[in-house]
Amino acid sequence: MSVIRGNNDDSNSARCYRGGAWALALCLAALGLAVRAEANTSNGYNLPIGVTSLSRDIYALHMEVFWICVGIAVVVFGVMIYALVKFRHSQGAVPDTTMVHSTKVEIIWTIIPVVILVVMAVPAAKVILMMEDTRNSELSIRVTGYQWKWQYQYMDAGEGINFFSTLSRDSNFARQLHSGIDPKTVPNYLLDVDHPMVIPSGTKVRLLLTSQDVIHAWWVPDFGAKRSAVPGFVNELWFKVDPGKEGIYRGQCTSLCGRDHGFMPIVVDVRTPDDFKKWVEEQKAALKQAAAPAGDLPRSAQVLPTSTN
Amino acid sequence: MANAHVSDTAHHDDHHDQPATGIKRWLFATNHKDIGTMYLVFSLIMFFIGGSMAMVIRAELFQPGLQLVDPGFFNEMTTNHALIMIFGAVMPAFVGLANWMIPLQVGAPDMALPRMNNFSFWILPFAFTLLLSTLFVPGGAVAGGWTLYPPLSEQSGDAFPMLIFAVHMMGASSIMGAINVIVTIMNMRAPGMTLLKMPLFAWSWLITAYLLIAVMPVLAGAVTMLLTDHFFGTSFFNAGGGGDPIMFEHIFWFFGHPEVYIMILPAFGIISEILPTFSRKPLFGATSMIYAIASIAFLSFIVWGHHMFADGMPEAAQLFYMMSTMLIAVPTGVKVFNWTATMWRGSLSFEPPMLFAIAFLFLFSIGGFSGLMLAIVPADFQYNQTYFVVAHFHYVLVPGAIFGIMAGVYYWLPKWTGHMYNMTLAKTHFWLSAIFVNVLFFPQHFLGLAGMPRRIPDYAVQFTDWNMVSSIGGFAFGLSQILFPILIIQCVRGGKKASAEVWDGTHPTGLEWTLPSPAPYHSFGTAPEIR
Repeated sequence: MSVIRGNNDDSNSARCYRGGAWALALCLAALGLAVRAEANTSNGYNLPIGVTSLSRDIYALHMEVFWICVGIAVVVFGVMIYALVKFRHSQGAVPDTTMVHSTKVEIIWTIIPVVILVVMAVPAAKVILMMEDTRNSELSIRVTGYQWKWQYQYMDAGEGINFFSTLSRDSNFARQLHSGIDPKTVPNYLLDVDHPMVIPSGTKVRLLLTSQDVIHAWWVPDFGAKRSAVPGFVNELWFKVDPGKEGIYRGQCTSLCGRDHGFMPIVVDVRTPDDFKKWVEEQKAALKQAAAPAGDLPRSAQVLPTSTN
Repeated sequence: MANAHVSDTAHHDDHHDQPATGIKRWLFATNHKDIGTMYLVFSLIMFFIGGSMAMVIRAELFQPGLQLVDPGFFNEMTTNHALIMIFGAVMPAFVGLANWMIPLQVGAPDMALPRMNNFSFWILPFAFTLLLSTLFVPGGAVAGGWTLYPPLSEQSGDAFPMLIFAVHMMGASSIMGAINVIVTIMNMRAPGMTLLKMPLFAWSWLITAYLLIAVMPVLAGAVTMLLTDHFFGTSFFNAGGGGDPIMFEHIFWFFGHPEVYIMILPAFGIISEILPTFSRKPLFGATSMIYAIASIAFLSFIVWGHHMFADGMPEAAQLFYMMSTMLIAVPTGVKVFNWTATMWRGSLSFEPPMLFAIAFLFLFSIGGFSGLMLAIVPADFQYNQTYFVVAHFHYVLVPGAIFGIMAGVYYWLPKWTGHMYNMTLAKTHFWLSAIFVNVLFFPQHFLGLAGMPRRIPDYAVQFTDWNMVSSIGGFAFGLSQILFPILIIQCVRGGKKASAEVWDGTHPTGLEWTLPSPAPYHSFGTAPEIR
């Protein structure tokens, strides 16, 4: 028996899961609804496969459990529907009132679910251990949540870089009550910020999350990365974006944090390590420039460093 | 479940078999049927108030951009929609059903503690008046989510202490209701009715009552600590004073997870009554059904951490909560399989209660599947706090708990009123509800997976289509519910006389069917004998 292999196991399994996604898409097509597909990000009805090993593992687990559930549903709902059709009073079905108990059957349908659960739990446990392993990170960034913006403070190679990231002006105008601006005309409505977080690809980035006021949560679906930012405590999170997957990735605060909870997006600009190095140098130069003439100029003339896009 | 044989069904000669007249009948009610009715009417009113808040939410989410309400008010709506639906609609509805049906099912003349019964009901209108009045105080109602996580909940205005007092009152009411159920079941069962012969609805409520007594004080403690943090300078949850905001989440969800089962176990009981009746066949594996409810109740105490995976938790705790949560699927599976086996080789007819019970089976199972997915910790990191979670818990609460309640009402309404209701209207209500509940909540799975966080008043444009579908489903579902009170009022006023058995030819088991319809004001003055 011949086995068709992909270039590597990864692509093979990814193809299998994509097959699943297509089946799901067919169900939706049956509902008569258009389905959008975008590279790397969610297709509008399912989790994104994402651009980190973690997001791919999560996607694989998600689809595995999804298909197990579909399998169980087909069997259980199938039996139910069969019973609903076959044993109708109106069709003269006669009840079998002696069928009230069967220890054997009940033991079987207790054991089988346990086995299925173990099958699900083992790979999930492996991913848990991997996602909590924040050792050997190459770049650490301290992320602080505020009502309603994010602060990014770089450590390691980016030591000293420190800026706030708030909702872009366009989105902010459009999102006001009765603004009269059609959100569809605003590029990346509610998912754009003034200063995105910039990180290098192929690098293990560790975030240290905390908050200055209430609980927030930092989430970028394409990284499979979500963690709460809790005041007074530091949570850790890591991800490593695949080389070649440079680009802009977007997410949102996911923990209700007050009035403008829906308006503090997260944007991550992933660059090649070289471009990242250049960006860090620019930032540091800007920092120096801002610091140097401080003695000569009046305070109002000081220029705060900003990130460049 | 046990085949009941009643030696004495004549209760008509009871010399004070007349309710008091006018407002006194309700204000000073000690009759379990009157109190049950008040609970049910109250919960129906709350269902529509909470539902109108949901309509505001769905209207604002119909399209991107803010068209109708301020984001702060939107948060007040989500918070109070949840509080009212959970504490005002679902829980009192189950207490109402317990009041009506437990004495009838166990052959008792009334609840064991009738005056406490009156008190536990009459607290509720005051508690919810207080809660609803917070919408009009300076600073608006509490807008930090029904989970009341600090420090956000501490940012509320005058509404904060009012809400906490309202929660204390609801808790006191629930605890009293639970004590009443336990005392009634433990002491007032008819001679010969052993616990294992007791109907499943009474069983599910007995276990629910213990859950209530165990966890409502925990909620009371949690909100009291919030109160002292806010007004008396303590630092239970204030990191600045050495406290821990995550500790609140632990305490809250130690209450909150059993609370989830408080809202579904009595529905399990109702479904276990209805399926055998309309399958014309005894419940399959009745004893294992009881053990399954008890196992679910036990497990509900050790899974609370699954609400907090993304808040930072050691690996060992993540593994423990994942596995304990997955374990709940086993007894739940047993229940679903037993219900299916009950229908198997039965003789099924599809009266409205059966239709709701069947919809419960399918749609609650869908909520169970998404629950299983949510238990998988790494995947939960992606699902957590998104619309996937919203879809999940609405599937278990609306076509789960609420369809369970509606199934129960449609099942016992003729017993309560003595009239059959309009079957066509009831079936119309069923089909509209069953179709639109899916239009409303199924797309929310897609929204969550595609990345839409929950509790947001406005969203990025790629979420527009599914939100529109969901909102249309929401409006249609909301409108269809208006049929329900219309049908109930019609049925109270008149209609075809119901027989004692009500569902002729199905031979429903249980003592309630040995009484005439409507059940006499005082029933079982002489205890029936169970053989």
